[in-house]
Amino acid sequence: MGALNGGVTAPIRAIGRLASGSLAEVGAVSLFALRGVAAMVIGPWFPGQILRQFAAIGFFSLPVVSLTAVFTGAALALNIYTGGGRFNAEQIMPQIVALGLTRELGPVLAALMLAGRVSATIAAEIGAMRATEQIDAMRTLSTDPFHYLVAPRIVAAMVALPLLTLVADTIGIAGGWLVATLTLDFNPAVYARSTVDFIEAWDVGSGLVKAVVFGFIIALMGCYNGYTASGGARGVGRAATQAMVSAGILIFASDYVLTTLFTDR
Amino acid sequence: MTQPAPKLEWRGVTKRFGGEAVLDRLDLSIEAGRSVVIIGGSGQGKSVTLKLALGLMRPDSGQVLLDGKPLPGFAGGAQRRLFARAGVLFQGAALFDSLTVWENVAFRLINADGVPRARARIRALAALDQVHLPATVADLYPSELSGGMQKRAALARAVVADPEVLFFDEPTTGLDPVTASTINALIVDQVKRLGCTAVSITHDLASARTIADEIAMLHGGRIVWRGRPGDLDKTDNPQVRRFVAGGA
Repeated sequence: MGALNGGVTAPIRAIGRLASGSLAEVGAVSLFALRGVAAMVIGPWFPGQILRQFAAIGFFSLPVVSLTAVFTGAALALNIYTGGGRFNAEQIMPQIVALGLTRELGPVLAALMLAGRVSATIAAEIGAMRATEQIDAMRTLSTDPFHYLVAPRIVAAMVALPLLTLVADTIGIAGGWLVATLTLDFNPAVYARSTVDFIEAWDVGSGLVKAVVFGFIIALMGCYNGYTASGGARGVGRAATQAMVSAGILIFASDYVLTTLFTDR
Repeated sequence: MTQPAPKLEWRGVTKRFGGEAVLDRLDLSIEAGRSVVIIGGSGQGKSVTLKLALGLMRPDSGQVLLDGKPLPGFAGGAQRRLFARAGVLFQGAALFDSLTVWENVAFRLINADGVPRARARIRALAALDQVHLPATVADLYPSELSGGMQKRAALARAVVADPEVLFFDEPTTGLDPVTASTINALIVDQVKRLGCTAVSITHDLASARTIADEIAMLHGGRIVWRGRPGDLDKTDNPQVRRFVAGGA
C-alpha cells in the first residue's frame, strides 16, 4: 500500500521539487540582479573596467553582428518580395524590410549574437575566477566583485547593444537595398526614399529600448552563471552553456512582452 | 593585571555542511604578533576555519573576534575595513589572469585605497623586491611565471599594504621542496618585518615547523592539541602522533 502510494505521489513530488527549485533559482537571479543594479548606482565605479568591457562586448562584436544583419536584410527582402507578389504588393517591400529590422530583427539578432559570443564568455571568465579563488582574493583586497566585475559588464552591455542595433538596422536595410536594386530591378533612389519617408522615430526607438533590456539580460546571465559556478572546469563549461541558453530564452520572452507594450491597439 | 584580548579568536564556532559539523564548537585564540599554524588532515575544516576568520563564510553558531570585537557582517563598507587590515596568500596564488604582475600586487592600492597608478607601481616594485622578484617580472602576466614565482608575487600582494594580520592557505602546496623552503623563509621574513599576527593552515609539517611560533592540531572539528613546533615530536596526543607519522 505504502509502495503504491509512493508510486502515485512520486510524479507529484517530482513536479513539486522542480517547481520549488525553479522558484529558488528565480529568486537567486532576482537578488543577484538587485545587487548588480545597486552596484551600478552606488559607487565606487571603475571607468577603466567599463571601457575595457565596452571594447570586448561592443567593438569586437561588430563583425559578427554586421554579417548577420546584411544577410538577414537580404533574405528578408527576398521573402517579402515573394509574399508581396501574391497580392501584387511588391512595392511595399522597402517599408516592411525597414520596419521588420528596426522594430524586431535588428535588436533581436544583435542580442542573440551577443548572447552566444558575450554571455558565454562572461560566464567562463567569472566562473574561472570563482574556481581559482580570484573572486575571494578580490574581496580580501577590499574590492567588491559586484562593483569591479558585475556592474561594468552590465553597463557596457546596456550601452553597446543599442549601438550594435543601430549598426544592424543600417546594414540590414542596406542588405535589402542591395538585393532589391541588384536582382529585383528596384530603383536605388526610390527604394532609399521609400525607406526614409516611412520609418518613424519610434520604430528605431522601440528597437533601441529593447536592446537596452536585452543588454542587461545578456550581461546578467553571464555574470550570474559565472559567479555561481562550481565544480571546476566542468562547472565553468556548464555555466557558459547555461548563460547562453538562459539569455537566449529571456531575450525572446522579454521581446514578446516589450512588443506587446509597444504595439498600438 | 588584566590579560590583553587576543588579536584573533574563534569562540565556540560551529559550521555544518549538509547536516555534518565540520567545525564543532571550535575555540582558538591567537595573541598579537604570534604566528600560529593550524595543521590537520584533509577534510578536517582547516580551510573553513580560515574562511570564517576572513568573513568569506558565516558560522552557524559562535563568533570570530578580531581585537575582541565580532567580525562585521557581510555589508560592503564594514567588510572592506576588515580586509584593509588583513593580507591573504591563497593556496593557488589566485592572481588575476587579466592583470600584469605589478597590477596584481598594486590591486588593493589602486582600486580600494585610491593610490595613483604611478605611486602604486613604485610600491608594488618595492614589494616584489622584498620577495626577491626582479623588476623585470612586473610587466609579465601571471601565466608567464612559474608556480613558485606566482606564490612570491601573491605574497607581495598580501604584504604590500602592511597588514595587521596575515593569512596563509597551504602556502607550499604544489611546490618542489627547494621552492617551498624559499617560500617558508620569505613568510618568516615578512611576518617579522611587519610584526603582524599570522595564521596559516597546512598539512606540510616541514612548512609548519619553519613558520610557526605555535602549532594547533585540528581534528574532529576542534583543536585537540596546541604547542611549540619542538613539542610536536614529544607529545602523547594520538592524533598528532598519527599525523606526524603520516597516518592522519
